[in-house]
Amino acid sequence: MNAWRTVAMSEEFHAPGPGDFDYPPLFGWFTKPMLIVVLGTLVVGAFFYFASRRASIVPGKLQFAAEGFYGFVRNQIAADAIGREGIKYVPYLATLLAFLVALNISGIIPPLQFPATSKIAIPLFLAVISWVIYNYVGIRRQGFGGYFTNMMFPSGVPPLIYPLLAPIEFLSTVVFRPVTLTLRLTFNMFAGHLVLLLCILGGEFLLLHVRGLVGFSAGAVAILFGIVMTFFEGFIQLLQAYVFVLLSAIYIGGALTHDH
Amino acid sequence: MSTLVAAAVLVAQEAEGEEPSPLFPHLSELIVGLVAFALLFFFLSRTVWPMFERTYAERTAAIEGGIKRAQEAQAEAQRALEQYRAQLADARGEAARIREDAKTQGAAILAEMRRSAQADADRIVERAHTQVAAEREQVVRSLRAEVGTLATELAERVVGESLADDARAQRVVERFLAELEASEAAGPDGARPGAREA
Repeated sequence: MNAWRTVAMSEEFHAPGPGDFDYPPLFGWFTKPMLIVVLGTLVVGAFFYFASRRASIVPGKLQFAAEGFYGFVRNQIAADAIGREGIKYVPYLATLLAFLVALNISGIIPPLQFPATSKIAIPLFLAVISWVIYNYVGIRRQGFGGYFTNMMFPSGVPPLIYPLLAPIEFLSTVVFRPVTLTLRLTFNMFAGHLVLLLCILGGEFLLLHVRGLVGFSAGAVAILFGIVMTFFEGFIQLLQAYVFVLLSAIYIGGALTHDH
Repeated sequence: MSTLVAAAVLVAQEAEGEEPSPLFPHLSELIVGLVAFALLFFFLSRTVWPMFERTYAERTAAIEGGIKRAQEAQAEAQRALEQYRAQLADARGEAARIREDAKTQGAAILAEMRRSAQADADRIVERAHTQVAAEREQVVRSLRAEVGTLATELAERVVGESLADDARAQRVVERFLAELEASEAAGPDGARPGAREA
């Protein structure tokens, strides 16, 4: 759409903006981000299905990779952030990480090239699921009153601080945590995609419409920078998926233990 | 906080129908994402994660079993080595004892043989002595009887020849002695002292 726009209006460059994240429906109400969600889900499901179909004690390459992924969530994230009880939450955390990795990395996979997680709906509902889980396990473990008391009045803090600390802790746990989870992921992906769009579309505009020495040299630099940024984005996409899952695990672990 | 303000601004923009706000979740995307994630979660939790957990446990068991078996094998080998060493030491002791026994036994046999040989030699010498003494006794006895007879005979002859002539008497004595010597040549050695005594 934007590419079409740049071609049509050859004398003026339109910087990519939030409008580039709104795709027209492919059919009915089905848009490209939804297609990426469906494809990512299918790919993740198929990968793990084929990796575990003939699971054996001595794993093949595919099983080794899938088990390495599962073991990473199990032994690094869940064991460290939650502890021995963490094993119960590994299915959720592993699914979450696989889902996020797939939908983040779709931002640099050629035919798709759009991170589905830059649409706020996806991180939002995942953050809400994490929020429900850690509040539920906290209330179930410590009781309703106990959960909020331990959260707002942690031991080992001078009582004078409580008037200040209690509302901050409450707001942090109940409001800010899901909001920051959502916004951190959404806008890392959003900004990353915007930077790539700017580099590639800007480079294209310089090469095709500005031309001349300035146009070609600046355009080449912009395209090259776009390629470098693509690799950097790949790293950011993996990192943000990990951060989302790690924070969810830390919140669950914190809700299960009394003292923070 | 600034993000919340920005969110409010963007929502307001959305309401005014300008640029679509990235902060405004699309309901259709929310539903598709939620359904996809839910299906993925239930699928993986039903089929894949339990399988991984099981192989994980099996592998741990297999590795621990392997380590245990290896430790058992090592202990077994250690036991066998100690047994072998003990047997070797036993065998060495046994050999030394047998050698010692053989040595003492050999010495005993040698001493026994020497003693019995000595006894045989002693016995033979003793018997020889006894025999010689017996023969000597016998000879002396027979000589004594003979010398008596001879002396008596000689005396008769000396007296019967008349003792007038010294020369004759001398001849008689000479003849007697010659006879005696002849008989002596025929008989045993011890005759002469007996004859002298007679």
